[in-house]
Amino acid sequence: MSDRESPRLPERDRPWVMRTYAGHSDAARSNELYRRNLAKGQTGLSVAFDLPTQTGYDPDHELARGEVGKVGVSIAHRGDMKTLLDGIPLDEMNTSMTINATAAWLLSLYIVAADEHGVAPEALQGTTQNDILKEYLSRGTYAFPPGPSMRLIADMIAYTVVHVPRWNPINICSYHLQEAGATPVQEIAYAMSNAIAVLDAVRERVPAELMGQVFGRISFFVNAGVRFIEEHAKLRAMSELWDELGRDRYGVEDPRQRRFRYGVQVNSLGLTEAQPENNVYRIALEALAVTLGRSARARALQLPAWNEALGLPRPWDQQWSLRLQQILAYETDLLEYPDIFEGSHVMESLVAELADGARAEMERVAELGGAVLAVDYMKSALVESHRERWRRIESGDLTVVGMNRFDSTEPSPLTADADGGIMVVDPAVESEQRAALERWRSERDETAVREALGALAAAAADPEINIMEPSIAAARAGVTTGEWSQTLRDVFGEYRAPTGVGEASAVPSGDLSELRDEVERVSDQLGRRLKFLVGKPGLDGHSNGAEQIAVRARDAGMDVVYEGIRLTPAQIASSAAQEGVHVIGLSILSGSHAELIPSVLAALRQEGIGETPVVVGGIIPDADAAMLREQGVAAVYTPKDWDLNQMMRSIVTLVAERYGIDAAAAV
Amino acid sequence: MSTPSGAGSDPADAATLAGRLRDGDLAAAAAVLNLLEGRGEADRERSDALQAALSPAALGREAPGAIVGITGPPGVGKSSLLSRLAGAWRADSRTVAVLAVDPSSRRSGGALLGDRARIERDAADAGLFIRSTAAGDRLGGLAPATRAAASVLAVAFDIVVVETVGVGQSETDVADLADTVAVIVQPGSGDVLQFLKSGIMEIPDVLVVTKADLGRPALRTRADLSAALRSLGSRETPVVAVSSVAPPTGIAELIEALDEHRATLDIAARRLRSRRHAALADVHAELGDRGLRALGGRRAALATLSGCDPMLDAATLARTLRERALG
Repeated sequence: MSDRESPRLPERDRPWVMRTYAGHSDAARSNELYRRNLAKGQTGLSVAFDLPTQTGYDPDHELARGEVGKVGVSIAHRGDMKTLLDGIPLDEMNTSMTINATAAWLLSLYIVAADEHGVAPEALQGTTQNDILKEYLSRGTYAFPPGPSMRLIADMIAYTVVHVPRWNPINICSYHLQEAGATPVQEIAYAMSNAIAVLDAVRERVPAELMGQVFGRISFFVNAGVRFIEEHAKLRAMSELWDELGRDRYGVEDPRQRRFRYGVQVNSLGLTEAQPENNVYRIALEALAVTLGRSARARALQLPAWNEALGLPRPWDQQWSLRLQQILAYETDLLEYPDIFEGSHVMESLVAELADGARAEMERVAELGGAVLAVDYMKSALVESHRERWRRIESGDLTVVGMNRFDSTEPSPLTADADGGIMVVDPAVESEQRAALERWRSERDETAVREALGALAAAAADPEINIMEPSIAAARAGVTTGEWSQTLRDVFGEYRAPTGVGEASAVPSGDLSELRDEVERVSDQLGRRLKFLVGKPGLDGHSNGAEQIAVRARDAGMDVVYEGIRLTPAQIASSAAQEGVHVIGLSILSGSHAELIPSVLAALRQEGIGETPVVVGGIIPDADAAMLREQGVAAVYTPKDWDLNQMMRSIVTLVAERYGIDAAAAV
Repeated sequence: MSTPSGAGSDPADAATLAGRLRDGDLAAAAAVLNLLEGRGEADRERSDALQAALSPAALGREAPGAIVGITGPPGVGKSSLLSRLAGAWRADSRTVAVLAVDPSSRRSGGALLGDRARIERDAADAGLFIRSTAAGDRLGGLAPATRAAASVLAVAFDIVVVETVGVGQSETDVADLADTVAVIVQPGSGDVLQFLKSGIMEIPDVLVVTKADLGRPALRTRADLSAALRSLGSRETPVVAVSSVAPPTGIAELIEALDEHRATLDIAARRLRSRRHAALADVHAELGDRGLRALGGRRAALATLSGCDPMLDAATLARTLRERALG
């Protein structure tokens, strides 16, 4: 027998925390879903909140229309939170909450609900996402301006490190940066710069001797794309930089506190609507990126479903993804070895390359005054990267199987069902939630509510007071999500984030000259340059697609009014009228198109511009697309229409038809 | 023949629109802009007719609204500031029209008009009108229809803001057009200081330093600008520091500075100069240097205009020049 050292670990590793990003409709229905998921072997919870909850509006607010219970669960007060967590052992559970602008509020509700279930704050484990900068950069569910938002984050960290010590108060998200188009270097650099901004803000609010503990509680939420070798290297580079940062910038001596801890949701950006079954392979490879090497393995993992590019996944779709995690952890030998990349020259130099690139980009952000002041810079850099990525897909430089290559296919039995293979939220949920909220308001002690809100407003206005205590008191008093947020909005003001589209560079003219000629010809006949309004109705803040459409329309020669996110139908109609646009483009990814688009059409008629053609883009099932066209929408574009030049041609043709302009000889 | 002029505009006739503006009907603004931005020959006739119908001669006085130029380099916070200004003016029951001009791409001819996204607006409020326009291939930062639009909207709106991007010489066009010009800079921008000192840039009526919430850097920039103005012998030009993030500061002070400047102004003289320059710029843009030479050069052309009725609108003045150049 050889006396060679065993390549195996003495004991098989424990698997990561397995979660499914889940939640829909109301607290009772989501609670039932969580219990079923836990029974299937899921080991942690990942709560998806609906957009009104994420942006701080009650279900009866105008902006909440069509969005209640759609992309997550609606939580309006402590009663909802208590129902959501009913029967779940909170002292053992590890709960991740995707909540940012209103994180301090949802954590307050969680603490109060746990208390009502008899669990003390010291025992609570979990994570509030709480990363506001990436909301400005990518996801769009911000509520307050940067300064006050950073203060709320710092308050939460300072509070939890003492009172809820096992909680991760913030998950720095590089995930959404990749979804917005970030290259690996940008993803690392912006996430690290973001962490620096947060830690610098906290440093002013906690005693120096607590900084090691604070540093140790910061976790990350990263993305992994299908280039899984490089993606793995990215995580090793992040570990390296994080360790460096803790040691050099914050003087953290305990190496355990400098360990890079992260959770993952793997890439959704690369999932295709075409031949969606292939997404299962993509997800599996991406899962490998974050689990293969032991020294940079994820602590927690959630995988998207195969059909996310089609609509909201059903419980069965999510189960399929959970089973993938379980096969990886329990069937394969993945967890039996030490780090399998140790000593690999290829991996080492790949890591060094990424880390060097990230350091340079971090320096650039630092020169601009840090991540908060560099939001405009980072945003336009991301729009630019995304534009470049899309150009490569369109030109075929980047292969996406089933989409721009190997696209012939047999009909898929997976999408043949009547529901098209997606989940549909019962539209009655919204009115149920409104009625329930009214009941809640009528049954609570109004004097206590008013007092709690008064104390909250006073705390918000005084940066010396930590926002958590008055927020917890407000949660106890029965304050609602909308009331908490409005109180802070009144003190902090509203905010519109930069759009980043103005600085995006133009595509090479060659690809577009024919299209530009057509835009010129149609513009001449219209009497003015073809003017196109692009905006996002409702609360969905995923603006990456709308931004790319706006940039491409400009490159095609149109005058583009980019309206940004979070618009009411009345705002869109009034803008369209004031701007005198020839065509309106609306993007919706939250599944609320069936409610919002008809409202926009009605608002346009009310403004007297009902004849202006409206095109809609987003994740829109075929049946809904037909319904929208029946209501008067001129065209519906889905991820199938990935060729943006083709889309622009279609829009120009449509405008020409609508305004009675002769068709071009050959387009 | 009716040209399709876009959303919501019945091919409006100039007389009706002029009447609506005279009656203070703010909802006419969109149709007015659709008409003025028209490229065709018929559009020009209607545009000329509209301007003539709202000329000082026709109104019997100068249009009463204040025309405010707001200009500065990209990224200094113009639209955030504008959002605050508009809010404050509206709170004071003053009606506001914003003409936001963005540069066009040289390559595609298209433009991304992004200011609107950063200005807070109540959809039901007709008292705040925002129109984004692309500068097209015109130099000088103004869109072809901006001058005409500002002059006719000043009939109905209390305030007409013309917002342009640029620093250096490009704001001279705004200066020709507006009653009051505010140049916006952010803390630490040395280029404006240099341009001021070297005379590349004319001294604006009001200088605004944004991002006052940054504290010291903003104060230092304000002090530097004041010192530069003093050394140029311009002690009166106000330098206002503002912050657009909550709680906003300096907005009331800025509004006061704008109002004060306008109160000292001979409006009739400034508008007359503006109309003459507008007419000349339009004819120059249309007929080129050859046309200008046919008029005997800039100076001679302006002399010709000074012989015309001072109450005439810019479009009528331009026609006079055009006829002379071609005749």
